[in-house]
Amino acid sequence: MMQVLIMASETVQAANYVPEIFPIIRNGLAVASMVIGLFFVLAGTLGVLRLPDFFTRLHAAGMTDTLGAELILLGLIIQEGFTQLSLKFVFVSIILLLTSPTATHAVANAAYQAGLKPLLGDYKAPTTAEIAGDYAGDDDHHEGDHH
Amino acid sequence: MLRFGLVLAVVLAIYWFALSGYTDPLILGFGVISVVLVIGLCARMKILDEETVPYLFAPLTAGYLFWLGKEIVKANVQVVKAVLSPDMEVSPTMVKIPSSPTTEIGKTMFGNSITLTPGTVTVEMEEDEILVHALLTEMSDPEGFKEMAERSAWAVGETKPRAPEDNS
Repeated sequence: MMQVLIMASETVQAANYVPEIFPIIRNGLAVASMVIGLFFVLAGTLGVLRLPDFFTRLHAAGMTDTLGAELILLGLIIQEGFTQLSLKFVFVSIILLLTSPTATHAVANAAYQAGLKPLLGDYKAPTTAEIAGDYAGDDDHHEGDHH
Repeated sequence: MLRFGLVLAVVLAIYWFALSGYTDPLILGFGVISVVLVIGLCARMKILDEETVPYLFAPLTAGYLFWLGKEIVKANVQVVKAVLSPDMEVSPTMVKIPSSPTTEIGKTMFGNSITLTPGTVTVEMEEDEILVHALLTEMSDPEGFKEMAERSAWAVGETKPRAPEDNS
């Protein structure tokens, strides 16, 4: 008898149950932000692999540093809400904004001072035919990092 | 100098509390001790100046970061398009652009902002010029850096911003 009553009250509760919309929106925003951040990390990685020389690759790495990392942190902040931990995430994102360009500049400056010549002018990705064909005779671009 | 010391003390106290989150007297006592120790070290090194304590212009800097965020998103989209397109047509360029901020911290702000924007990297800082490496030629337009230079000078309180209706 008692159990039947409890089960009945549970069904009533289930009928009146309104999904809490705010956690859903919050989690959705958090996941969306992190997914977009991951997309930029992936694009940055592909850029590092595809771009022709050292200096151009720095730009792709910069993408991972800025939007990639910051959007993932933003997603974590949204998911965490207004707590001490999210304040720490804010600190992390500010520190990242200060240190990553400094490191990039240090690397770029060191390479320039050491005499690494940047590849300048228009560059196009070689087609698969070019890569498969006359690989040795492919001299329409001079890459700084190939010797 | 006293003013900078007080501001630094307040900032460090907030920072300590935000990171620890404890309210018991022992931990707060450690906090007070370490803040006093840090201020003492800074005073002894005579570095209590605008560069160590750039927090007086924090509201301006926050506004600048907001604007910079928009620029970063725009530049990111450009670079992603260039890098992910099958042809990957890029046109790396080296260009010297004039650097208008006069103080060290203003120059740092400007140089870091250029590097932070994907597609442009500060390669070398000179007295009043910056050597910039750009991934796409259209990103290396010196006119494009003018607004950033002005805004980074405002962000550290170097110059007063113009009237809001002018800089839209």
